[in-house]
Amino acid sequence: MTGWAAHLIIAPIVLPLFVAALMVLAGDRRRSFARVLGLASAAALLAVAIVLLVLADDGVARAYRLGDWPSAFGIVLVLDRLSAMMLVLTAALGTCALLHAGTRRDSPGAYFQPLFQFQLMGLNGAFLTGDLFNLFVFVEVMLAASYGLALHGSGTARVRAGLHYVAVNLVASLLFLVGASTIYGLAGTLNMADLAIRIPALVEEDRGLFEAGAAILGIAFLVKAAMWPMGFWLAPTYAAATPPAAAILSILSKVGIYAVLRLWLMLFGEGSGASAGFGGTWLMAGGVLTMAFGTIAVLATQNTARLAGACVIVSSGTLLAAIGAGQAAVTGGALFYLASTVPAIAAFFLVVDIVERGRGLGADVLAVTREAFGEADEEAMEEVEIGVAIPAATAALGLSFAACALVLAGLPPFSGFLAKFAMLAPVLGERGGAVAPAGWVLLAAMLVSGLATVVAMTRSGIDAFWAAPEGTVLRVRMLEFVPVVALLALCLALTVAAGPAMRFMQATADALHRPVAYIYGVQADRRGPP
Amino acid sequence: MELVVAIGIAVLTGSGVWLLLRPRTFQVIMGLSLLSYAVNLFIFSTGGLRSGMAPILEKGGAGALETHADPLPQALVLTAIVISFATTALFLVLLIAARGLTGTDHVDGRERRK
Repeated sequence: MTGWAAHLIIAPIVLPLFVAALMVLAGDRRRSFARVLGLASAAALLAVAIVLLVLADDGVARAYRLGDWPSAFGIVLVLDRLSAMMLVLTAALGTCALLHAGTRRDSPGAYFQPLFQFQLMGLNGAFLTGDLFNLFVFVEVMLAASYGLALHGSGTARVRAGLHYVAVNLVASLLFLVGASTIYGLAGTLNMADLAIRIPALVEEDRGLFEAGAAILGIAFLVKAAMWPMGFWLAPTYAAATPPAAAILSILSKVGIYAVLRLWLMLFGEGSGASAGFGGTWLMAGGVLTMAFGTIAVLATQNTARLAGACVIVSSGTLLAAIGAGQAAVTGGALFYLASTVPAIAAFFLVVDIVERGRGLGADVLAVTREAFGEADEEAMEEVEIGVAIPAATAALGLSFAACALVLAGLPPFSGFLAKFAMLAPVLGERGGAVAPAGWVLLAAMLVSGLATVVAMTRSGIDAFWAAPEGTVLRVRMLEFVPVVALLALCLALTVAAGPAMRFMQATADALHRPVAYIYGVQADRRGPP
Repeated sequence: MELVVAIGIAVLTGSGVWLLLRPRTFQVIMGLSLLSYAVNLFIFSTGGLRSGMAPILEKGGAGALETHADPLPQALVLTAIVISFATTALFLVLLIAARGLTGTDHVDGRERRK
């Protein structure tokens, strides 16, 4: 890897940074300029991310040492399969969210575009960085931008939800710092690859304190991943945010999942001596409880945007439980699930936005109450059933809604089903019989949460598309469908190309469980001059 | 010295957590500030609490943790101070906005009914 390719790794951080700076300098008057520039930047990020993904698929972890400092002292960015995959997801989501923001009639308010670019920069940086403290810095960049995006457009509901969101995340960041500095105090390094090497060599007296530090760090990540009981902030915040912002926020909670995947498997994987597997049971139990909470939230919610938020919680819980199982085969399935639910949830947020615009405020609360109290619309019964043609826009929206529901609930023929199958098959198929009790719990939780998602999505779909109040015809331009269709096409592509995709995910999972290539790649400079 | 610093961190953390759990937004922001001071002190102390250590290497001499102060926690604490300062400022803006929009300084945006 020489020449331009070597420097491509830092492009996902530098490009949005410069674009955002340019937008701020250009001022907020030139909205259309900022819109075009933002979209171009996101599209370029997508192209770069795809190139990096192809590059990373050879299994070599490429380290980019900033300022050419030795990896022991300097800041490193590391590109491997997992980070490349997350980059592609971020860029795809970013492009679609910006497309959607561009087509909204009420164009987003002041400084939406630069905030969005900073958000992309923070996300990309968090996925690329190779040391713990820079992970903190990039997470803060990402969160600072997300505070701006979540509050975008102001309004009482947003400020009220945002106040809780910011307070919770500030406390989580403080815990992050406590965890990271405890680890530094004991291991003497913050470089993830270096840490993985030093853990087996820890003195026995230090081990308890080290594990406590790692657990505090874990709490910080799990707050971001919205694990029960630390995820109550998620649904109100996401429901209150403007939909394009909510679409990109839906990958924000996956940063917590990414950090758990990366750090837990690297620090407490098979090769970590006495600490191996530390906290796995907690992850699993927490994940299952999160799924249970998400399932109840999915069923209880009366608001379609909140339903999407509850789906984020369910997907976080599913991922945590699957990662907590600690088997490479299950992790592979979990990665596939991650790649298929993230675009689906983002598409769902966008569909909800298009649908909600055509309906009055509180319409869905009314619909649910009507259903609960059995007040059937008497007048509707009297009407003569004349075959009314379904407007094309409503039909297309309904189909997109159904596709989101199928992916999120994990029903065939979409990728959600394949992902759940890939996660459950290794749990159940061990040596053809004896299934651990944890496996049964995982199976039950996944199936029940899937069923609840189907029920809730069907109910809100019926309310939105079949029981729409008279006289309101949805006016949707074709352009507004482009981002939704693009996101769903990503899910469809994952379904059609499930073979190669699954091979990629499995290779990623194997590399995560045995991070030899990662450590080797980061410390390449220690083995003499290149 | 360790005991004094440890008690200092503990008092700051304890007060911070107590204030954080109070129902008024101003108390919450004070709690967050106190907590961030505690965390900054904690980060600083992870490099080892020793006095009289040289901060900068002598020319030609090799550095060692026995004779020199650990520079990394100092760098970390600087970054942490800047970030917590910025986020606290942002939270302050939000707090004022919430006060203006909801007409109350309760964290839930409405007074609890007595």
